[in-house]
Amino acid sequence: MSGLASLATENLFLRFGGLVATNNVSLDVRAGELHAIIGPNGAGKTTLISQLAGNLRPTSGCIRLNGEDVTTVPAYERARLGFGRSFQITSIFREFTPLQNVALAVQAQRGNEFRFWKPVLDDVSVTVPALEILDRVGLGKRANVLASDLAHGEKRSLELAIALATQPKLLLLDEPTAGMGPDESVFIVELLRKLKGSVTMVLVEHDMDAVFSLADRISVLVYGEIVATGTPAEIRANAAVQSAYLGEDEV
Amino acid sequence: MFFRSQHSKAILVVLLALAVAPVIAHLFDDVFYVGLLTRVLIFAIAAVSLDLIVGYGGMLSLGHAVYIGVGAYSVGILSFYGIDNGFIHFATAVAASALMALLIGASSVRTSGIHFIMISLAFGQMFYYLAVSVNTFGGDDGLRIGGSSDFGPFGDLSDPVALYYVCFVVLVLVLFALHQLVQSPFGMTLRGIRSNEPRMVSIGVSPFRYRLTGFVISGMICGVAGALLANQNLFISPASMHWSRSGEIMIMTILGGMGSLSGGVLGAAVYVGLEYFLSRLTEHWQVIMGPIIVVLILYANRGVFGMLSALKRAGK
Repeated sequence: MSGLASLATENLFLRFGGLVATNNVSLDVRAGELHAIIGPNGAGKTTLISQLAGNLRPTSGCIRLNGEDVTTVPAYERARLGFGRSFQITSIFREFTPLQNVALAVQAQRGNEFRFWKPVLDDVSVTVPALEILDRVGLGKRANVLASDLAHGEKRSLELAIALATQPKLLLLDEPTAGMGPDESVFIVELLRKLKGSVTMVLVEHDMDAVFSLADRISVLVYGEIVATGTPAEIRANAAVQSAYLGEDEV
Repeated sequence: MFFRSQHSKAILVVLLALAVAPVIAHLFDDVFYVGLLTRVLIFAIAAVSLDLIVGYGGMLSLGHAVYIGVGAYSVGILSFYGIDNGFIHFATAVAASALMALLIGASSVRTSGIHFIMISLAFGQMFYYLAVSVNTFGGDDGLRIGGSSDFGPFGDLSDPVALYYVCFVVLVLVLFALHQLVQSPFGMTLRGIRSNEPRMVSIGVSPFRYRLTGFVISGMICGVAGALLANQNLFISPASMHWSRSGEIMIMTILGGMGSLSGGVLGAAVYVGLEYFLSRLTEHWQVIMGPIIVVLILYANRGVFGMLSALKRAGK
């Protein structure tokens, strides 16, 4: 079992010309917690996740994993340090089967891709854990269809399965239930609940019921800026959050 | 699964036909066709090697003929200096094309799409003009090769039928090795990068190393095709590296169906066959060849293989 990871950002800024997409964000994600980030559309949630994952380089400021500066570490190396990411817009290998999709992530995590002969699918040390993960996300019976033929909800589950297969210490989840039906949504939320405590998670999510029932702490992002951080109860009671974001929503 | 097994049956038939072809040609006392089929085999090796980077690696190289040239000139230049040893010839061809692919790949595989095509094209033309300008080795006129590769106790490649079977065995070995490779951890990683690069990065894969390795493997195999071509023609000229030659190899790969490996064999057979028969009909054969290629590519978008299996399904 790998140790739990903590993540922090210090005065993070990202400017696109005149636009400040990330404005002085100092986030503190404690080891083992599920930290939700909420905010209205266009608040810069995905942009923030992309900086955490290493796909975008912040203009200034610093990102720390377990206290160590990883701001300039490229995305693929960050993945090797234990960052796992699921994408808001489903990012899977469409011409592969779910089994192949997850097997790719399992073998990437092991770092043994420079083998040139034995087929991946003949290697039980890869396929067994891959099938196990597919079972966990409810895709066990769909392991061998083409990923592009999966229903939308199943694709979302596969998206999560790929992220889980890298055995991350820190999971960055960008709207894992986006576009899912209510039943599928509940299934994923329960899966995340089971994961809680075994991996540190940063969760961006629009489903407020899910966020408030899952999160240990919540940060509220408005126009690229964190306006509040606290427990679900604190956030619910926060006046600034009420006016800036939750105002019209009934929570 | 159905398509796959159909596919492997088809390629088995083609390979068996190629295995007995020289015997039949001998019966009809027409050794010329052995030469034509040898050419098919050599370009099949090149087309299959290109398919590795195009169909599985997503790298559209328009400079693949460079490795034909490097392989062929390795044989030509060694012979020029009196070295006839076939083992040295082929080892040099493989090493030189690997080195060349490493050089070209290191500066191009970071790019993609149209940029990659233009860089590969530029490198191709660069080495074409280099070959044109080096007069020691014939320059524009090309270099006549004194004798074929000599493998000592195993004989040499001067006999057309022997050369044919060497080409055949090399092709089968290449097909088998690449068939394994594309399903191996390396091959799956390469295909994953082609399919969805950002996702591969997010699971911890740095695309560069895998692309470059695939590029070098492909170049090495194509270099062997070049060394075989030098043995068939006993002549090598810069024309074999011209970008239009790279285009021909690309057409063979696309004709056969990208991402099918063995499709390259059919693609080479169709292309070299058409070229031969049409050029006997008229000296303006390219006027006929062009539209045929266009129609084939338009209506067989999964290559000739895809078209055959579609016809078969329609017939049922």
